[in-house]
Amino acid sequence: MTAFAQEWWWPYVMIVVAGFLATECWRWLGVVAAGRLREDSLLFAWVRAVATALIAGIISRLILFPDGVLGDAPIWLRLAAVIGGVIGYKLLNDRLMAGIVSAEVVLIGGWLFLL
Amino acid sequence: MTNQNIEAAEDDDPSEFEGGAYWFRQGAIGAFCLPTLILMMAFVGFTSLAREVGLTLIEVLMMSLLMWALPSIVVLTGALSAGVGLIPAAIAVALSAVRLMPMTVALVPILRDGKRTKLWHLLIASHFVAVTAWVFAMRNLPDLPRAARLPFFAGFGGTVHFVVLCSTALFYMALPVIPPPLAAGLVLLTPVYFMFSMYQASRTGGDKLALGLGLVLGPVFYLLFPGADLLLTGFVGGTIAFVAWLFATKRAEL
Repeated sequence: MTAFAQEWWWPYVMIVVAGFLATECWRWLGVVAAGRLREDSLLFAWVRAVATALIAGIISRLILFPDGVLGDAPIWLRLAAVIGGVIGYKLLNDRLMAGIVSAEVVLIGGWLFLL
Repeated sequence: MTNQNIEAAEDDDPSEFEGGAYWFRQGAIGAFCLPTLILMMAFVGFTSLAREVGLTLIEVLMMSLLMWALPSIVVLTGALSAGVGLIPAAIAVALSAVRLMPMTVALVPILRDGKRTKLWHLLIASHFVAVTAWVFAMRNLPDLPRAARLPFFAGFGGTVHFVVLCSTALFYMALPVIPPPLAAGLVLLTPVYFMFSMYQASRTGGDKLALGLGLVLGPVFYLLFPGADLLLTGFVGGTIAFVAWLFATKRAEL
């Protein structure tokens, strides 16, 4: 398999098989598994809780164990940015934009002035 | 639940389909909102990562178009740059994309108009399932008539997808180098935006508890059981939150 790694078409095979099929199959499985599931059932409430917890797991993984350039910021700065975001969000009456802007200000400002 | 009347009627009443084009346009208009802008910026962060590891514009656009889930795209970018084989890369991506299944299962009962909705319509619309469209749909669709939901979601999802693809291409060509602090800021957008929008989308105390438990359990399981961590986080955190919510509401009823 790795013998093909130098061929020009290899990245496209990777994107279609390891990218497209590996993500899209979960969506199709989800449609099929939903079956006759009803919006007001307990099973639906459980599935929603599982989906929510899963996304929350991704959130903390992206913050605590990031790939690439965010990983160059020290962990205390990343955590400070998130805490700053939560404070900004709460101070300005649960505004999405306030939370995001204050997290960004803490991260970028902290990087520029403290590192 | 306020939807019970609609639910009870869903299997017998005929519903209006002629409004489909109208609702598709409404969804497309709804796509011009803050979450789309944030998603655009998050994809800009990804293009700078992609340029760093040497992906071409075609590869970047193919990944965005075919996968449409930023965390999984980042995983595949890492695999491509590390020269990982096809099977390990597919497994890594599939594990990062597991969340799409419960998200889709939770969305379909809201999206569907009883038996009138065709399965292949749902299969196509499911491509737009990603955190942005999901949070938007879970918040806004329950207020719409059932027949309006699928066209509205398709209009919203398709427009967000198209706008983000265009901006990704433009930024890939226009922005050769982003300074590291700014690039880190763009990468941070995804988790921070997910966190606040999930919090806003949570309808019950159970949802909020699931969010909190997932945030805490995610890193614990990542260190203890790497690979299976996301699934475990979802099942353990979600089930505890669901059971706690069930007990709390049942006690209130009695």
